[in-house]
Amino acid sequence: MAMSRDEIFAEVQEVLVDALGLDDDEVTEDATLMGDLGAESIDFLDIVFRLEKSFGIKVPREELFPAESMMNNPEYVSGGKLTVKGLAEFKARMPHTDFSTFEANPDINKLPDLFTVDSIVNFIEQKLAAA
Amino acid sequence: MVFFLGHDMRWIWIDKFIEFNSGRSAVSLKNVTLAEEHLHDHFPSFPVMPECLMIEAMAQTAGILVGEARDFQEKVILAKIKNARFFDYVVPGDTIILHAEIESISAEAASTTGKIMRGDDRIAEISLMFSHIDNNLAGKQFPEENFVFTDTFNSLIDGFVTKKASAEQAP
Repeated sequence: MAMSRDEIFAEVQEVLVDALGLDDDEVTEDATLMGDLGAESIDFLDIVFRLEKSFGIKVPREELFPAESMMNNPEYVSGGKLTVKGLAEFKARMPHTDFSTFEANPDINKLPDLFTVDSIVNFIEQKLAAA
Repeated sequence: MVFFLGHDMRWIWIDKFIEFNSGRSAVSLKNVTLAEEHLHDHFPSFPVMPECLMIEAMAQTAGILVGEARDFQEKVILAKIKNARFFDYVVPGDTIILHAEIESISAEAASTTGKIMRGDDRIAEISLMFSHIDNNLAGKQFPEENFVFTDTFNSLIDGFVTKKASAEQAP
């Protein structure tokens, strides 16, 4: 039986509460992982492992959080901003993320703000639908 | 005869492995002795093994388990203490047994759970996360040799596993 979006959100919320040591009410849909919830790169790995366990799926880290490997590529990042190619690449790799506000000013320092609880829920929804 | 110890560290908090199931679990042992000098200050007339060193002992047990699971290809370092709970003191004369299990493992990281026992008493429960630093921090350079798994660690797994970390990685 397919999980509803609410059920997925509840499970993702629990994963983030455990991984980041937060209270339930801090983990809202639009909270950013790094800015609002204080996650760091090692936490991303912890979150990926826990999501795999909770949902019984494989989550290659670069699929959920591809930024790190692409940041060093001069074709994608130039002068502190994403190039047109970079933006297209990111959008292709992260269909679960909303780029609309970011597109106006693709400053790489603002990239972490893209990782919201919502984008994780979207990602899981898409993965479960494809399974 | 003169032995060149090379990079051998004295910072080792387990004495031997008593079980080693490659890629799954391991059990190690440590004898706590009043000859450990830090105990004289921790605390004066009430020596107890510091909890942080118990975490380090678990990190060494689990870290070797994780490293060996991937043939020591990466440098494995402790990155996050997910959970550490302690239920009793450990004092000189105690023998503690450390049980570690791999919960998840990938090219970039590993997650372990474990417990420390003294006889039938549960002393601690410790969950850790390790980062495989050769597969993270893209672009950074690391020394060629494996500075994490030194000869001292290798001697612990003698007899249990055939793969060993080498001081210099083969080209």
